[in-house]
Amino acid sequence: MDDVTLFSQQAIDDIRQNQAEWEGGALAATLKSRPEEKQTYETESGIPLKRIYTAADIADIPASELGFPGAYPFTRGVYPTMYRGRPWTIRQVAGFGNPEATNQRYKYMIQTGQTGLSTDFDLPTLLGLDSDDPMAFGEVGRVGVAIDTVDDVERLFDGIDLEKISVSLTINPSAWVIYAMFVTVAEERGCDLHKLTGTLQADPLKEYVAQKEWIYPVRPAVRLLRDLIMYSARTTPKINPVSLSGYHLSDVGGNALQEIAFTMAFTISYCEEVTRAGMDIDDFAPRLSFFFISHQDFFEQICKFRAARRVYAKIMSERFNARKPESMRLRVHVQTAAMSLTKVEHHNNLMRTAIQALGAVLGGCQSMHTNGLDEAFAIPTEEAMKLAIRTQQIIREEINVTSVIDPLGGSYFIERLTKDMEDEVWKMLDEIQERGGAIKLVEEGWFQQKLADSAYATFKKIDSGEKISVGVNKYADAASRSADVHIHPYDDHCTQLQIDRLRAVRENRDDARIQSLLKELVEQARSDDINLLPKTIELVRAKATLGEICSALREVWGSYSEPMIV
Amino acid sequence: MADTKGAGAVIEANEASHTNATIRVLVAKLGLDGHDRGAKVVARILRDAGMEVVYTGLYKSPKDVVQAAIQEDVDVIGVSLLSGSHVPLFRELCRCLREEGAEHVLVVAGGVIPEQDYPALLECGVDAIVPQEARAGLIVTAITDLVAARGRI
Repeated sequence: MDDVTLFSQQAIDDIRQNQAEWEGGALAATLKSRPEEKQTYETESGIPLKRIYTAADIADIPASELGFPGAYPFTRGVYPTMYRGRPWTIRQVAGFGNPEATNQRYKYMIQTGQTGLSTDFDLPTLLGLDSDDPMAFGEVGRVGVAIDTVDDVERLFDGIDLEKISVSLTINPSAWVIYAMFVTVAEERGCDLHKLTGTLQADPLKEYVAQKEWIYPVRPAVRLLRDLIMYSARTTPKINPVSLSGYHLSDVGGNALQEIAFTMAFTISYCEEVTRAGMDIDDFAPRLSFFFISHQDFFEQICKFRAARRVYAKIMSERFNARKPESMRLRVHVQTAAMSLTKVEHHNNLMRTAIQALGAVLGGCQSMHTNGLDEAFAIPTEEAMKLAIRTQQIIREEINVTSVIDPLGGSYFIERLTKDMEDEVWKMLDEIQERGGAIKLVEEGWFQQKLADSAYATFKKIDSGEKISVGVNKYADAASRSADVHIHPYDDHCTQLQIDRLRAVRENRDDARIQSLLKELVEQARSDDINLLPKTIELVRAKATLGEICSALREVWGSYSEPMIV
Repeated sequence: MADTKGAGAVIEANEASHTNATIRVLVAKLGLDGHDRGAKVVARILRDAGMEVVYTGLYKSPKDVVQAAIQEDVDVIGVSLLSGSHVPLFRELCRCLREEGAEHVLVVAGGVIPEQDYPALLECGVDAIVPQEARAGLIVTAITDLVAARGRI
């Protein structure tokens, strides 16, 4: 099927001729009497757009580039039946305060119809600090839930059957410790570890360039991910140990092409690390998962998902010689674009989010978080989350977009743009390779500079009014105010409760054992070829705190100091 | 513009504009908030407006930032926060400024700050709050107006 083109040469020639006649006739006449609004049209990431696309524009794309859903190169979707067999998972992220506060929110969301859980952690937890660390001042339980010890993870999932519901953990530099706590809780409850499903974000390279949560220098952070991937593949085979995250690249200013290309560059680095340590690509690649944004440029976003699937399938097949189809399919969780939301006339955010969510569905996502309309103010209230869940339910159940797989596939425009994006991504990947690969470029700040430049360019487009934000820089209503929104309250007792619990744990454990285990962990970390997960799990069981484990390894690896890129 | 040494990146004032050339601004992040997109964009806007800008990077305590501000002899500290912990962190920042006898350094807040929190911030010593959707012109005039009102020191 490789050489099959979609159209006969005769048909293409006819179309070209007809188009030339149309351009010289009807089109030319109209342009004369009414010029178009802009000189040039392009996508958000700068790909030029034609006025109209025809079969002639996709004549060079072989049929094999599209293929069929669930089959290489997965352009049309990762599963043969897609939403007909299983709708995407509604997975709203939540996390705030003490573990029991988040647990309560989970139960509310499950009751509202959410089908998977997702956890946001507070900044001290993400950065490997205990709640009583001086740097944790003012941050405990603020943007996510506070976790200090394994007991907190037990509280977080109290009354929730971990064998039945999948759990996503948005955790990064300290991910291996949170994983150890999660596995320990499941084991203590008597769960079958082979039945646990869920996802850790644990994507360190994008942290250094985008989300900016780090503890150690770049290479030890990648080693920790390698250990996590390898341990999880054997112990918890249904857990995705990493979610390669383009979302954050976009969040700091990256365009759709940078989002895919940089994410793929990081994917290549991780696969190289794990295969170098001796694991076969097919033994871990099926559990690599992805996290992309669904942003404002509707068609470019849809094509982004399609192009990303095709690029990934080719990388895994051609570069890493994967043989299992599961190793080549890009499964993606999508979140709508928080950056697109406005404080001014915040109800408009509902419409923005609904359209972005539709794009994600037409692009073939596997799970989704729709932002709350109050996201531009603070973390979402229960009511905002309910509306966000309802948005997905309306798309899924009311408007009949799930009956046909890849419904836009075959559109001249969609196929051309998908191919153009793919070509651009390959160019960027070649450049990254020529410059020495992703890890080296992260250390040098190359990605950081690209993204900062892109963010500034976007700001200038908004500032000049070229990029429109309705209600903000166009159709602004002087009378509309932004303050009348109910904001999720912060519980002031949260910090003290975490600190009291930490003290109680520290007083009621075998300190000498913790110290000797920490010493052993540090020794293991000095050697590159020992997996740190078993020792970490021992520590967690003995009630070592997150902060103790993370700071012990600073002794070996030191801290990361960022290149000052502005 | 990469600089791994020293307290932060010093961004030279743009040659083209001299109107605000003497205003020195420290752009900072406080606490553990890693959202630096806005801070970096603001640093460039101020530089393009002719100011001298120092960016101190991530994970700085209020004390770190106050010390850097004194050391760099800035007129203004601009802090962008999206972590929700602005009230305790700005309160501490302003307290440190007073403790060091550096109340003359103006404090401008930006980021995700609900209007409900404006009174608390202004009361603790923040001089101006720049809304999230502010255009470049508003950010620049907020700073030039504050410095003009205070007078040069």
